[in-house]
Amino acid sequence: MSQPSFLAVYRPGDSVLHHARVGVKVGGLVAFSLVVVVVRGATLGLAVGGAMLALAVVACLVGGLGLRASLRALRPLLVMVVALGTLQWVFYGPSAAAETALDLLALALAATVVSATTAVNAMLDAFVRWLRPLRAVGVRPERVALTFSLAIAALPGTLALALETRDAARARGLGRHPRAFLTPLVIRVVARAHETGDALAARGLADID
Amino acid sequence: MPTIELDAAGVTVEHGDARGSSRTILRPTTLTLTERRVAVIGANGSGKSTLARLLNGLVTPTTGRVVVDGLDVARHTSRVRRQVGFCFTDPAAQLVMATCVEDVELSLRRSVRDARARHRRAMEVLDSFGLAGHADDSVHTLSGGQRQLVALAGVLATDPSVLVADEPTTLLDLANSRRVGDVLMGLSQQLVLLTHDLDLARRCERGLVVADGAIAFDGSADDAVEHYVASVATG
Ligand SMILES: Nc1ncnc2c1ncn2[C@@H]1O[C@H](COP(=O)(O)OP(=O)(O)OP(=O)(O)O)[C@@H](O)[C@H]1O
Ligand SMILES: [Mg+2]
Repeated sequence: MSQPSFLAVYRPGDSVLHHARVGVKVGGLVAFSLVVVVVRGATLGLAVGGAMLALAVVACLVGGLGLRASLRALRPLLVMVVALGTLQWVFYGPSAAAETALDLLALALAATVVSATTAVNAMLDAFVRWLRPLRAVGVRPERVALTFSLAIAALPGTLALALETRDAARARGLGRHPRAFLTPLVIRVVARAHETGDALAARGLADID
Repeated sequence: MPTIELDAAGVTVEHGDARGSSRTILRPTTLTLTERRVAVIGANGSGKSTLARLLNGLVTPTTGRVVVDGLDVARHTSRVRRQVGFCFTDPAAQLVMATCVEDVELSLRRSVRDARARHRRAMEVLDSFGLAGHADDSVHTLSGGQRQLVALAGVLATDPSVLVADEPTTLLDLANSRRVGDVLMGLSQQLVLLTHDLDLARRCERGLVVADGAIAFDGSADDAVEHYVASVATG
């Protein structure tokens, strides 16, 4: 089974971006996104969109992602870019469409670079550090961080369950019945959640704070 | 070796229907486990997993109590869980991080606060399981046996004194179950091993046979296997 690759996965490396602090990278991403989103307008928006996309491509190369991998990360987004671009073209004309497409691609690439050069655990540590002041009002940083990482980790697993369940329904000749697919899928996802909960409790991770 | 005591510990579940009827899935059981390796065998649905889950508080006894090294499991659950590691049948359910080393690091978050020291420690643990080369691989790309070893590494990273393993080799092929079996048998921890692999069970010092929610036999692992095989043959 090929691994669904719609999520940018951490790729260990030795680049400047790998060694940069998480706060710097996330802060940079926020600033980058703000510029992309805020600067609008016929020529300026287009120019800035293009420049930001170029910047994101450079960041990919610096982060050691290579052009091929960067493009692969963008593939799932292309459908949306084309759909949105077409809509924009119809309602607002070609330059607005081009600007939207450039902006979306630039944002996606920038986000990919950050996740590809930052280990999930480093991200969690940063989250925990940033949330620590909120402890006073009852926020439990380790829990919040763990919830994030579970959500990220659950995506490929759930997709794999969905594919398996679909194949099982097909094998019984029930490929056209949504209930033959959805009922067992929901049961399996909930059962998996219970198992994962038990596993976390058993590892003593349910009561960290 | 630690001492695990069950003092008339039993589990009854409510059926949840209007009459309030209930079903006993483990009859009150009294046991003291001090051997290094204890095998638990028996038919599907006999109550093995229920018994195992009592030992780290994943299941709470509805009567009696469970005590690990003097600590009541129901009252000191989190302290007991730090002492009793638990390994599940399906490693996919217990591996929660994207890469192997990150999953081991997750276990170490509490004990090793410094991120670098934690990473170093996680690498040492993986190395001791022969998995250092896979540290940065996605857990999904490993073979079943490797995945179970990573799960085991994650559990043993915090150095518990007891390991409870619920059919850890059931999903594995012959070579992989031998490998995981050898690792389990070589552990310095006390091991409570639930298994349908009778050859593996025989390698333990003590064997329990569970049938219909009760301990049907308690003795040497060889004798326990004999008893179980005979009980299946006579039906
Ligand atoms: N929470 C629960 N509610 C109701 N019934 C349960 C619950 N947990 C277990 N049981 C039932 O108790 C019985 C014993 O279950 P248990 O999982 O301990 O068996 P097992 O010996 O581990 O079987 P297997 O070899 O199939 O893993 C089964 O009939 C099961 O359906
Ligand atoms: Mg079981």
